[in-house]
Amino acid sequence: MKKQDIKLVITGHVDHGKSTLIGRLLYDTGSLAYDKIREVEKVSSDRKFAYFLDHLKEEREGDITIDTTQVFLKSGRTNYVIIDAPGHVEFVKNMITGASQADSAVLIVDVIESLKEQTKRHAHLLSLLGFKEVIVVLNKMDLVNYKQEQFLNVKNEINKFLESINMAIIHCIPISALNGENIIRRSKKMSWYKGAPFLKSLTSFKRETLNNKTLIFPVQDVYNINGETVIAGRIISGSLRRSQTIKILPAEKTTKIKSIEKYPWKVVKAYSCESIGITLLKQLPVKRGDVICSPDKTPLLRDKFSATVFWMEDKRFDKNKEMIMRYSTQEVTCRIEKINKRINSSTLKTIKENVNVLENLDMAEVVIKTKKPIVIANFNNIRELGRFILVKNGNTYAVGIITTSIWE
Amino acid sequence: MSYLEKLENQSIYIIREAYAQFKKVAMLWSIGKDSTVLLWLIRKAFFGKIPFPVIHIDTSFKFKEIYEFRDKYVKEWNLNLIVAENKEALYQGITPDKGKFECCNELKTNALKKIISEYGFSALYLAIRRDEHGIRAKERNFSPRDKNFKWNYKNQPLEVWNQYKTWANNNEHLRIHPLLGWREIDVWEYIKKERISVVSLYFAKNGQRYRSIGCECCCDSIASDANTISKIIRELKTSKISERSGRAQDKEDDYTMQKLRSLGYM
Repeated sequence: MKKQDIKLVITGHVDHGKSTLIGRLLYDTGSLAYDKIREVEKVSSDRKFAYFLDHLKEEREGDITIDTTQVFLKSGRTNYVIIDAPGHVEFVKNMITGASQADSAVLIVDVIESLKEQTKRHAHLLSLLGFKEVIVVLNKMDLVNYKQEQFLNVKNEINKFLESINMAIIHCIPISALNGENIIRRSKKMSWYKGAPFLKSLTSFKRETLNNKTLIFPVQDVYNINGETVIAGRIISGSLRRSQTIKILPAEKTTKIKSIEKYPWKVVKAYSCESIGITLLKQLPVKRGDVICSPDKTPLLRDKFSATVFWMEDKRFDKNKEMIMRYSTQEVTCRIEKINKRINSSTLKTIKENVNVLENLDMAEVVIKTKKPIVIANFNNIRELGRFILVKNGNTYAVGIITTSIWE
Repeated sequence: MSYLEKLENQSIYIIREAYAQFKKVAMLWSIGKDSTVLLWLIRKAFFGKIPFPVIHIDTSFKFKEIYEFRDKYVKEWNLNLIVAENKEALYQGITPDKGKFECCNELKTNALKKIISEYGFSALYLAIRRDEHGIRAKERNFSPRDKNFKWNYKNQPLEVWNQYKTWANNNEHLRIHPLLGWREIDVWEYIKKERISVVSLYFAKNGQRYRSIGCECCCDSIASDANTISKIIRELKTSKISERSGRAQDKEDDYTMQKLRSLGYM
């Protein structure tokens, strides 16, 4: 089997079993240290699997997950980072924090309760964050005596729902996290299920490759190193070569790369995801927030674009108020010029009332106007230039993705 | 790109991001393996020239090997070192025997408080990792502390798409955690790959070695024959004991780490 790394988030409604599933997975794969197991056994008589994740006193006493956690697991040649996301609507901000760091997602559903408010909201948020597929697990099969009928009914319902939001299901697995059925090996109690058990199913996620070879190098900072100007940053797509001609946006100045610095070495070429420094042949004014690209293929400069946003601020927000938009290394003053559609983030129904305001947990299709032209991309073309947060007075009000088609 | 290279590039990104936002920064160097790796990454991020001070919180109870290592590399790497001590508490005779919670809180947290207010730092780099402790697993890469050093773990900031909390209100400071996503084994594999020097206490002598180091009185060694980095990596692959099981402050009672951390402990 190929060596791989998977960063996985477990999402779903309150008490549908996210933390229990991860705790069980850690326990059954022998990933827990003996002293950690003893520590949990000391504070819970019936060895609560969720306690391996829920470490805060408040979480254990209230039997809830407040904040997102990341744990590590190795099975075969695969390294997993498993991210637990809280299910409560009050902690949706923490769910987004967790999910945004994952590259694969699981949606867990209680087989008795089926689709609930937060199941749907989490699925919609996964979609907004760029996930195109999920593994669904139907938990608590022990409570329906491991019967196939209930499983099929709920599976059908979930299929319809996820299909309606264009989310593909890779596997739909009946499990009991509490009793360890279908977690790391096939359950004898559910021999009617012929698919892979949960752990094995995780290797079937497809790796998303946007395959965009266009050079994008956002400037993170500019340092003076022994009298020389070094431009620091991380390449987000494409590659850089010494002596290559580049263009700096938004100034639209062109020059050549003199050297690529990767302390303690100088390198000839650098690739996507590398944090590097470069020096230029011509001394041009370059600052944080500028974007370096190749002269023949540049993203457009725009001061107006359409976007989908998810609102997370308690206070109601009227359009046209000024905010700060932050994305990649850029920061710009902006306002929401138009709200085209206000949407309930759980039911996806259009909200017809107060169409010029946004409230906590709303999704919306909006038009954003920035104070000056900025370098952006459609979210599906270049992720890092197509997703942003909106900030006001030090609080994050919203996350959003750019939906305008803006590639030349 | 290999797993270690991914970790390295992401950590360097975080290190530079914090410096771009807060110029008044410093890093905490406990001289342990993790913060020594962090120091290495910071040197890489700034092309060999660290543009801020390095703080060693000195409880005076550290192993002598730690002091020797510190003094050697301060010179070799040309570090701007600040030694933080809570002299008053030491003078009053605070020791681990009188309570580990109070000792850690006075000699580490309060020593740090003094240095922060003296120098006015608005952000500090720390080498904590998620896999060390369940409480640390809940941390953010950029984690705010209020003027009393309180960690509001019930209301942590959103952290999404490499956008971090990069503003500090009055007297607030940010804890920057570039190694949060590294595991113990990643740290050792990186030390091996980059040939980073670490304190000799980590290597087995007479069948014993330290897996986690700090104050001499509060660290237990483990039975081990791992006297090279490769042997340590092999040992970790089969170990069923947690890394910090030899650290007294993690164990005093079930929620000591939560209490210490909510008061500003690392």
